Amino acid sequence: MSPEPLLEVRGLVKRFGGFRALDGVSFHLASGEVLGLVGPNGSGKTTCINVISGLYAPDGGAVVFEGRSIGGTRSHLLARGGINRTFQSPKPFLSLSVRENVEIAATYGNTGEPVDLPTLLASLELDRHAEHPAGDLNSAQQKTLDLARALATRPRLLLVDELAAGLNPAELGRMADRLRGLADDGMALLVVEHLMGFIDKVTDRVIVMNAGREIFEGTLGEATRDPTVVQVFLGGHVPA
Amino acid sequence: MRRTVGRRGTGDLLIALVVTAIMAALPFGYSNELLLFNFVTFLALSQGLNVLYGFTGYLPFGYVGFFGAGAYGFALTVMHLNWPPLAAMAAAGVAALILAAILTPLLRLSGAYFAIASLAAAQSVYEIVANPALEDVTKGPYGVSLSGVFAPMFSYQVGVAVLLFSLVVVVWLRNSRFGLALQAIREDTVSAAMAGVSVVRGRTIAWLLSALIAGLVGGVYAWHISVFYPDTAFNIQFSIFATVFVLFGGATTLIGPILGVVILYGVYNTIGITVPQYFQLIYGVLIVALVLFLPNGLVSLATRRGIRVP
Repeated sequence: MSPEPLLEVRGLVKRFGGFRALDGVSFHLASGEVLGLVGPNGSGKTTCINVISGLYAPDGGAVVFEGRSIGGTRSHLLARGGINRTFQSPKPFLSLSVRENVEIAATYGNTGEPVDLPTLLASLELDRHAEHPAGDLNSAQQKTLDLARALATRPRLLLVDELAAGLNPAELGRMADRLRGLADDGMALLVVEHLMGFIDKVTDRVIVMNAGREIFEGTLGEATRDPTVVQVFLGGHVPA
Repeated sequence: MRRTVGRRGTGDLLIALVVTAIMAALPFGYSNELLLFNFVTFLALSQGLNVLYGFTGYLPFGYVGFFGAGAYGFALTVMHLNWPPLAAMAAAGVAALILAAILTPLLRLSGAYFAIASLAAAQSVYEIVANPALEDVTKGPYGVSLSGVFAPMFSYQVGVAVLLFSLVVVVWLRNSRFGLALQAIREDTVSAAMAGVSVVRGRTIAWLLSALIAGLVGGVYAWHISVFYPDTAFNIQFSIFATVFVLFGGATTLIGPILGVVILYGVYNTIGITVPQYFQLIYGVLIVALVLFLPNGLVSLATRRGIRVP
């Protein structure tokens, strides 16, 4: 029997003018599970994360978190309520120190047990830079800081948007281990990523999206053998 | 960590008290009390603008609107209700707060759009106050006279108290988690929201605080000069000077706007009087040089070397 879903997305629709960025996407995610969201550029992966994290209000469908409908709820309330995210392009508070970046999230976004910030920073190898401005970090470190800031709110659902891009192989391995560790501790993760090796290492199952729709759900291995998925990723005609 | 913040806060507060004490004592040793009062006015007004611009990134070209609202809030309660000056000072603050509350939707704008919209709003308030049809209420363009409450030394010292209030607000923002949250909003609203910060609430509080300071400064200004016109109270020069002083010294700091006022307003009052023909040139060169070489203000000479500036 599958565990009770922490997040349930039902028939999600998001339009930008006449363009349907999300066209009836549905999936569910349980605590401790890692779901990958893959697909070509423009398929709606980041839009999906933006809607779940409150950046955009949905135009149709429902987002249900822990049994409550959260579609259109403002981001800061979602952050306090157990949902957080990282960004495709890192968005730290550049003029503030690394410590302050995380401290703000721990102060305002965490409604549970206090977070041990030095331990959190050390676990993400940011402790050496704690008093440096976030603007001094390189891009990979800024992405890690995005993750640290999200974790400082003690989320139960973490939305990870292309965190692996720009990391070297050693960093990729460590990041994958970290994300798996979070899932092992009970956190649910929705991971958007283009690096299939990373997705393979981190996720339990994947959803493949194209043109705002879900075209496949299963393991990554199964996805690579699915003719529709192959057509979307590689082009060409797939016999009926 | 908390102890460091506490020490810094105490140090910042000490600076605020020293500046206030100096300004309170100066009239007893220097006779040009009007000039000193103008310094007090700009010191406080710059800190008020610093609250909004330095901590949230909103640059209100129409900041003078709150100043004018405060001046008329003071004047109207004295003229029509015969309120004593100190009670009228409260009315000055409330008038600016009401105007700020009405203009809160401006915070939906950003950058140049916000700057211009705030200027237009200030101009609108000026047009209402200066309307001859409202002569019975505001005295229209003919100005108000508050000679009955004229008390230069008392009003000066109240101005110093307003200055202390503005400095303490900045000290609090620089050393509190709320101030940190405001800076997060200034840096990136989306990230701030994902950190759990209520962007709308934070901005609104900063907006109201900033307006309150300008309103109080406007109120005490009206009290001190006692006779003034809408052109005086809504003079765009108040906005321009406060903005330039903050940018020149360095926003988000306590000391930056103080340096800006002391240096630039000092220069203004020195060369503007002694060699007025060169004044515009020297002032212009100073500002251009600053924008080119120190876009983050004088304090960046220290901050770029990793030195914390109060």
